[in-house]
Amino acid sequence: MLEKKIAGYSDEISVAPGERIRFMVSCEPGVDRYQADIVRLISGDRQPGGPGYRDELLATPVSGEYPGRTQETYCGSYAIVPHGPAFDGLGDLSLQATIFPTLPGLRRACLISKMDVAAGRGFALWTDPNDGLVLQLGDGAGGIREFALGQPLVAREWYLVSATFDAASGEVQLRQELLDSYARDTSSGEATHTSQGTAVVDCSASLLIAAASREEARGKPIGEMIFNGRIERPVVASRVLERTEIESLRSDAVPVALRSDICAAWDFAHAVETDDIIDISPNHAHGALVNLPIRAVRGSNWTGDELSFHHAPEQYAAIHFVDDSLYDCEWDVDFELEVPADTPSGLYAARLTAGDQEDHITFVVRPPRELSDRSDRAIAALALLIPTASYMAYGNSRGGIEAGNELLSNRLHVVAPEERYLNRHPEYGNSMYDNHNDGTGVCYSSRLRPLINIRPTHPWLWQLSADMHLVEWLEAQGIPFDVITDEDMHHDGVSLLERYACVMTGSHPEYYSTPMWDAVHAYTQRGGRLMYMGGNGFYWRVAYRDDKPGAMEMRRTEDGSRSWASEPGEYYMAFTGEYGGLWWRAGRTPQSLVGNGFIAQGFDHCSYFRRTDASHDPRAAFIFEGVEDEIIGDFGLIGGGAAGLELDSASRAYGTPPHALTVATSEQHTDAYIRVNEDIGHMLLSIGGQDDPQVHADMVFFETPRGGAVFSTGSIAWVSSLFHNNHDNDVSRITRNVLDRFLDPTAIA
Amino acid sequence: MPSQYPIDPSRTDLAQEFMANPMGPHSAALQRIVTRMRDSEAAGRYVLVTTVPYKEWSLAQLSGQRGVDLTLLEDQVFTSLEDAERAVFKMRWELITGEPLAID
Repeated sequence: MLEKKIAGYSDEISVAPGERIRFMVSCEPGVDRYQADIVRLISGDRQPGGPGYRDELLATPVSGEYPGRTQETYCGSYAIVPHGPAFDGLGDLSLQATIFPTLPGLRRACLISKMDVAAGRGFALWTDPNDGLVLQLGDGAGGIREFALGQPLVAREWYLVSATFDAASGEVQLRQELLDSYARDTSSGEATHTSQGTAVVDCSASLLIAAASREEARGKPIGEMIFNGRIERPVVASRVLERTEIESLRSDAVPVALRSDICAAWDFAHAVETDDIIDISPNHAHGALVNLPIRAVRGSNWTGDELSFHHAPEQYAAIHFVDDSLYDCEWDVDFELEVPADTPSGLYAARLTAGDQEDHITFVVRPPRELSDRSDRAIAALALLIPTASYMAYGNSRGGIEAGNELLSNRLHVVAPEERYLNRHPEYGNSMYDNHNDGTGVCYSSRLRPLINIRPTHPWLWQLSADMHLVEWLEAQGIPFDVITDEDMHHDGVSLLERYACVMTGSHPEYYSTPMWDAVHAYTQRGGRLMYMGGNGFYWRVAYRDDKPGAMEMRRTEDGSRSWASEPGEYYMAFTGEYGGLWWRAGRTPQSLVGNGFIAQGFDHCSYFRRTDASHDPRAAFIFEGVEDEIIGDFGLIGGGAAGLELDSASRAYGTPPHALTVATSEQHTDAYIRVNEDIGHMLLSIGGQDDPQVHADMVFFETPRGGAVFSTGSIAWVSSLFHNNHDNDVSRITRNVLDRFLDPTAIA
Repeated sequence: MPSQYPIDPSRTDLAQEFMANPMGPHSAALQRIVTRMRDSEAAGRYVLVTTVPYKEWSLAQLSGQRGVDLTLLEDQVFTSLEDAERAVFKMRWELITGEPLAID
């Protein structure tokens, strides 16, 4: 497959036996039909010397041929306010908003529209790359009259913009006023025009904020010509407002004297945790947001005295709209599966094939939600905890195809067909490592869209494709295991983990919500055994929203290894109000949870571990049973070693339990490995792996209360060494030793 | 602004080191040259496009623009990633120093 042409997604990421999961598929021209089957995934890495791809067909009614079709995706964020009595009978008109355009020179973009284009009725307020503010009014006869201010707006500055129309005189007045004060500013100004002929602003179309609409699809107006930037306090009034009245409507309550004239005044400081936009006028012309524009962002009046939108909501009354965000593709369903009641828990996929085309829409069959009688089914003693939050954070990462990432890997970037496909589909949205088209960091992700790189066979061994090595190893060991996900743990809490003697993480469980962190911590404190099988785990804090399934938020605050940074004052997450960023900055270090935490990363060569003196402590004897070499893992399918990509080290200062044993330490990392910035004070020359002794991984073991224990490998690359020599190697041996002991109910003391 | 680290065209010994072991690890002096070469603008940056999975790659240049496809350089096809690194090293050497790399 050199040109990918088929992709899909599912409505759920984890389903229990008996539940339904729906699959949505889109094909590019050339794929008229495809075969779909439900398979249990066994291994995925197709590289030479790797285990190859293997699956096991699950006999279900899904198996069969389906017609291929192209399904449309509409990205970009905007608000919809349904037509209502508030807008009936409009004659005179005033429109206003405080705006912060981020791409005013890109193309025309719509601020507020309520237009029946076919009938030529309604109004729309635009920004234009050359003319600045533009007002369009319907002529009542299928045409549109247009009035421009004539001066372009400057990017990333706040403006108060307004437009009024006097129906009797036909006078149109446009104003755009820069709120800051610059010498030689030419972007502020006003213009007065007189409409030649009638204008009809009254219409029954929906009102859109940050977009115009020419068509409806899936039961709602589809936004186009989307405005990139921030909008604060948009107002629609039914008479010509004076300059002082416009100013008085910028913030605070609607003045009593104006209440009769205001159709709607939306205060975005309300209901920040939701998709609702609230009209504070007596009309209650509320609306709803589409495609997750960014909330809890600074408004034009932010002073810097308060840093949370909860503490000064009136200073966070803006919404940042972008033309490339996406929550839900909303494709039509192609097929669905009722998971047979006897389906064993595992990692599954809807496998789509058409000639050399393939896609694997991967999902988890979790164990039953209720276990009223544990004896009525064979429950595995081990759970593999699939880090779906981290999958979502990395899903549709565009760094490789857009920038090449050559300095990260110290290699030429190898572009996979999947990446070119993703680049052909900007409408599928971005990963949390990307920037929106206007440069704003992407702080929301969703799994209700094809996540092109979250596939078991993806050649970039990362997240799911790397975790397939764990699955392959567990299968080869013949050890029964259930599969559960971050989202399951987020909702069920520690009770889900407590079903198991041992819980094993994926190779890079980097993103954690508060309920997820609490569940893992409680599990370790109640006798559970945790195998943390990777690196850079428990690092960023994320949030889910119960009313927005499949969506996730994060903020890249303060510091941390990151591809973009949140704006000052925007460190609190809109979904929950929680402080975002590194868990460390919220007082919860990875070291305190699992004994080690992120210290360095590099992506050229992977190295190896060397046993420490502490590894000979009798407490650690079980780990090294049958292990004769001092050097561990100088082989592997990622970078040729078990110690690499992202490394975690132990640190008493950062919270590693005082009794923890560092049983092995990696060494000889290349200069492509650099210490994480949050651990660097002054910038010194000695930051690379060859100079900086902090650039190393620590493999850690420690006992927890009530007979529990934690084992942490300290390296993402660890899992890719399991397969070496048909699993007959020390990385596999150590992993098996730990797993056997952790499955043994005898207390670890 | 591109990296300002100067590449001395007389240091063909470092080029020889790269040709012998293009995937590294490199000596510190060579790594600085390699870093200089890899620190290019996204638009026009060389990448490899898989033409036969794990076996054959074509050189290409990124568009640097979201949604705009890369440009395949179809006359530059490699059957080893090492050879591709060598070829790009040579091109970049000449581009940056202004002198062709005169080694085998």
